[in-house]
Amino acid sequence: MDYATLLQLLDTTLRLATPLLFACLAGLYSERAGIFDIGLEGKMLMAAMASASVAFLTGSVWAGMFAGMLAALLLAGIHGVASITFRGNQLISGVALNFVASGITVLIAQRLFGQGGRTPPLAGDARFGPITLPLAEELRGVPVIGPLYAEVISGHPLLVYVALAMVPLTWWVLYRTRFGLRLRAVGENPAAVDTAGISVVGLRFAAVAITGILCGLAGAYMATALQAGFGREMTAGRGYIALAALIFAKWRPVAALWACLLFGFFQALALRPDVVEAVVRVKVPVPFLDALPYVLTVLVLAGFVGKAIPPRAGGEPYVKER
Amino acid sequence: MADPRYAIELKGISKSFGPVQANKDIHIAVPRGTIHGIIGENGAGKSTLMSILYGFYRADSGEIFINGKPTAIPDSQSAIRAGIGMVFQHFKLVQNFTVLENVVLGAEEGALLAGSLSKARKVLTDLSREYELDVDPDAVIEDLSVGHQQRVEILKALYRQADILILDEPTGVLTPAEADHLFRILKGLRDQGKTIILITHKLREIMETTDNTSVMRRGTMVGTVKTAESSPEELAELMVGRKVLLEVEKKPALLGKTVLKVDDLRVKDEHGVERLKGVSFEIRAGEILGIAGVAGNGQSELLEALGGIAKATGKVTLNGVDLPLSGKGADGRSRRAAGIAHVPEDRQALGLIMDFTAWENVAFGYHDAPEYQKNALFMDNDALRADTERKMATFDVRPPIPTLAAKNFSGGNQQKIVVAREIERNPDLLLVGQPTRGVDIGAIEFIHKQIVALRDQGKAILLVSVELDEIRSLSDRIAVMLDGQIMGMRDPETTDERELGLLMAGIAEGRKGEAA
Amino acid sequence: MERLPKWADVVLVPVVSLVLAALIAALVILAIGQDPWEAITVMVQGSVMNAYGWGYTLYYATSFMFTGLAVTVAFHASLFNIGGEGQAQLGGLGVALACLLIPWPHWTLALLGAATAAALFGAAWAAIPAYLQARRGSHIVITTIMFNYIAAALLIFLLVDVLRPDGQMDPATARFPEAAQLPTLNQIPGFDLIFTSNVPANVTLFIALGMAVVVWALLWRTRLGYAIRAFGKSEAAAKYAGISPFTIIMVAMLISGGLAGMMAINNVMGEAERLLQNSASGAGFIGIAVALMGRNHPVGVVLAALLFGFLFQGGAELGLWTKIPIEMRTVVQGLVILFTGALDVMVRMLLTWIFNLFRAGRAVKGAA
Repeated sequence: MDYATLLQLLDTTLRLATPLLFACLAGLYSERAGIFDIGLEGKMLMAAMASASVAFLTGSVWAGMFAGMLAALLLAGIHGVASITFRGNQLISGVALNFVASGITVLIAQRLFGQGGRTPPLAGDARFGPITLPLAEELRGVPVIGPLYAEVISGHPLLVYVALAMVPLTWWVLYRTRFGLRLRAVGENPAAVDTAGISVVGLRFAAVAITGILCGLAGAYMATALQAGFGREMTAGRGYIALAALIFAKWRPVAALWACLLFGFFQALALRPDVVEAVVRVKVPVPFLDALPYVLTVLVLAGFVGKAIPPRAGGEPYVKER
Repeated sequence: MADPRYAIELKGISKSFGPVQANKDIHIAVPRGTIHGIIGENGAGKSTLMSILYGFYRADSGEIFINGKPTAIPDSQSAIRAGIGMVFQHFKLVQNFTVLENVVLGAEEGALLAGSLSKARKVLTDLSREYELDVDPDAVIEDLSVGHQQRVEILKALYRQADILILDEPTGVLTPAEADHLFRILKGLRDQGKTIILITHKLREIMETTDNTSVMRRGTMVGTVKTAESSPEELAELMVGRKVLLEVEKKPALLGKTVLKVDDLRVKDEHGVERLKGVSFEIRAGEILGIAGVAGNGQSELLEALGGIAKATGKVTLNGVDLPLSGKGADGRSRRAAGIAHVPEDRQALGLIMDFTAWENVAFGYHDAPEYQKNALFMDNDALRADTERKMATFDVRPPIPTLAAKNFSGGNQQKIVVAREIERNPDLLLVGQPTRGVDIGAIEFIHKQIVALRDQGKAILLVSVELDEIRSLSDRIAVMLDGQIMGMRDPETTDERELGLLMAGIAEGRKGEAA
Repeated sequence: MERLPKWADVVLVPVVSLVLAALIAALVILAIGQDPWEAITVMVQGSVMNAYGWGYTLYYATSFMFTGLAVTVAFHASLFNIGGEGQAQLGGLGVALACLLIPWPHWTLALLGAATAAALFGAAWAAIPAYLQARRGSHIVITTIMFNYIAAALLIFLLVDVLRPDGQMDPATARFPEAAQLPTLNQIPGFDLIFTSNVPANVTLFIALGMAVVVWALLWRTRLGYAIRAFGKSEAAAKYAGISPFTIIMVAMLISGGLAGMMAINNVMGEAERLLQNSASGAGFIGIAVALMGRNHPVGVVLAALLFGFLFQGGAELGLWTKIPIEMRTVVQGLVILFTGALDVMVRMLLTWIFNLFRAGRAVKGAA
């Protein structure tokens, strides 16, 4: 494999890792607050549909992005009501909302555009265009680093950089702010938070709302940056891969970045079986590459790659004890 | 306007949960700068009263005055603002946070943590110096001992500038040394002008530490006395309402051959900490061996190891046959097959499936017993229901409805179902843990009689109870446990409460070897 | 607040959940500019008003009974098996291998062999998540989700690279031999009087109903079922009673996976007659809805499976005859799961409130 191919691969990795990263960080806020969310997939899908539709109708990608965030927030709100207010089963609620999203996105897109459940292709201001970082062209000549900067780092849509910026931001929020301290506490021992006079319900809803917003960005990126429009089931299990990445990263933000990049790399490889074959000198069937993130996650869950300890109060509705 | 000399004054507090009145017209006045004990039996309403004071429940009626001012306490936040700090029986700490983070949680200075943490570090240093509350601020909670975790809870309250500190059964989980340290801390706090409320059901603690004591009984406040002018006897009488001497009629023991022989039994918990540290004893046929001790000193682990629930090491023989202590054969089923029945300490968590019907619970642990099978494939549910009906009649379980779910029976009747199930197996060895915890007086007598009757049939019985009276009146021999070890064996005829208490506290030297 | 009477809890809670889901579905249909009444008419017409419709409704219901029972058995052991989809796909692999590799003399033997293979393959696919849960505490919900994706990838690989006959374009196995094809309802004497045209519902329906009885007897009449239910209610208590958590987790998941796998004799052997990609087509997930709706009781599961069979066939009719896309049924499926599984507390609170209103009303009348 030559350097140019590698750069191409890394470039694709970054593009494919971005929605995973948004969704993974989304899940991180929710699960760190003790609310399991296997509905990341549904929220992304909903956001993708909403953002593509609104972006097409208004011609503004920004309007689309906000619509996507609102749509994902709506689903997050339902998940919150079911699992926080009514202390329902968080896993079942997530599964249910994924189905609702899977169906309703097609219904709405069909109603709006009548094109078999997809939106018309987006163009111009209805999409996020690539951003060339300063000095990208000037530095291209520098050996090794120059092309890396110009090809891989530079030239992505804005949301890629936003996603990357979310990593240190999330770390800072989690470990350096009052909100983060309380968020982590409520996922570990809500009774401690409650007796300290802080609202468990309020904190958890805040976390779930952040999850909604970040899933919204993930969906908006899928429909208006990675691709040009919405198509049915376009997230194709990315919500679950993000969940896998979250476990792989043991619910830590910086590790989440590496996990998402790794899983994004697998997805990039699956697009280039020829490269894989050239490197390992054996024909690797594409499905194996597709399955790799899931297999890795199972290995992590099994404790073969370090122990993944989820937040202690995760999945348990909080009931004040008598 | 109430008297401002009182840190807390409650007037006419009542609280009901459905038909159960937990607090009835409670009046209490706690002078500032004193340690005030609230004593009463389990279920007397102490915890409900304190929950009202900390904003967990709202009283149905009545008024709360803090420092003479009428104060509404609708939630914990208001309680904290009113200067009330609470140390719960089960700590409310975030296990993977540091001491500092736990102290700061909910009392942060601003949106960013750095300032709060450095301020708290300074305050903590001062507090530890002032009150013997030394804890490493950077230690992670799960690495700390129970005693240290409790200090963190106290620090949390003090950091929030609590003037009134409520401690709910604080010594239940402490070793005697830790408890002594706690009381020194509390006295120090009082001398600095803080008001302390100590909730307990242990008379000794009340006598040793409090200035005044209020006694609760069945939801009412039966009296407040100056501790120094009172006596344990008087308080006990107030608590129980009448002189009850738990006397169980029993004939002298007719000892048979050795049934259970335990040699150097050791149990480690999931963190690898040794909870049972080499226990050895024997029980003979027709004998009740009582295990006395403060809860959490290895009694539960002893029962679990013998009952096949916890893994153990050492050597245990039943009627001369080795019992496996780990791996194959070390489970509840094999133990039952070997002739051991087990009335567990926590009937709701272990002894019963609360959602199952009474008849399903009668099969619990014995669902593969031959008499409950119709054929090789199916269970005989009709036979089970009939057997349940019979057991319910014999043990006077009320209501005698086999199809009622276990959760719908009262505590005493739940316990009767468990006791009926286990005793009617006619075991060679019966393990009994806290047989009368949360059980009404009538049922207590009945259960005690059943245990004695089993002993008189020549069975061996291991009785674990934190109620010293129960141990003394039932046992033929008493072993006192402390910190996973047996401190000594005593004959109930020749020992007294004082001697047992000293042994439980680890003050007296145990006589080595067997008594009786 | 008085509690709900038991009959209300058993009957009214699922019915009200269903009504709420239907109401929201109607709103969704209104919102996309269609007529809910027309929708329900088309659905009823196309699925239960004629034998042909029933032939499809029952075909779908058969699959859902298997997956619903699979989820039910796991639920009773307090395990949430979301892996029915993958287990059903593996079951399909078992059916395909059994039908293609062994020259069966008669369909009855083929059915027996294929059902066994389907159950074994499905159980095997559930065994790894079960083992990881029992021995290493890996959360079974996450591992079974992961195994769904791994199953999908595995089957794509096998169908594209291994099992696809030479010269065939689409990723699927060869067609099963004649002797391994199951009689459909229109080929069974007696039933052929009702089902006059070719329908996909086949003899597997009776096996599914039989399995419902087996599951009921297993859970409420056998020692194993007792142990499963006791473990599901309280793991600590089960240990006290000498019920081995490891055994129960393994056995319950193997049964669950086996049931999910057996679904394949309906769709793979009974209908498609060859193994296709994505053979389970979501039935594994619908099993969750069916189990929740059926309150984890085999009778409820059979009824709920029929309901979802109706929904599935009716939904397909919607896609054919109206402007409402076929995805409507996914929405309804999600809503039913949401109301019965996650908002059940809300439904119960609502009902309790209504009941108390009635009681209060009666009390006032009585006093007057």
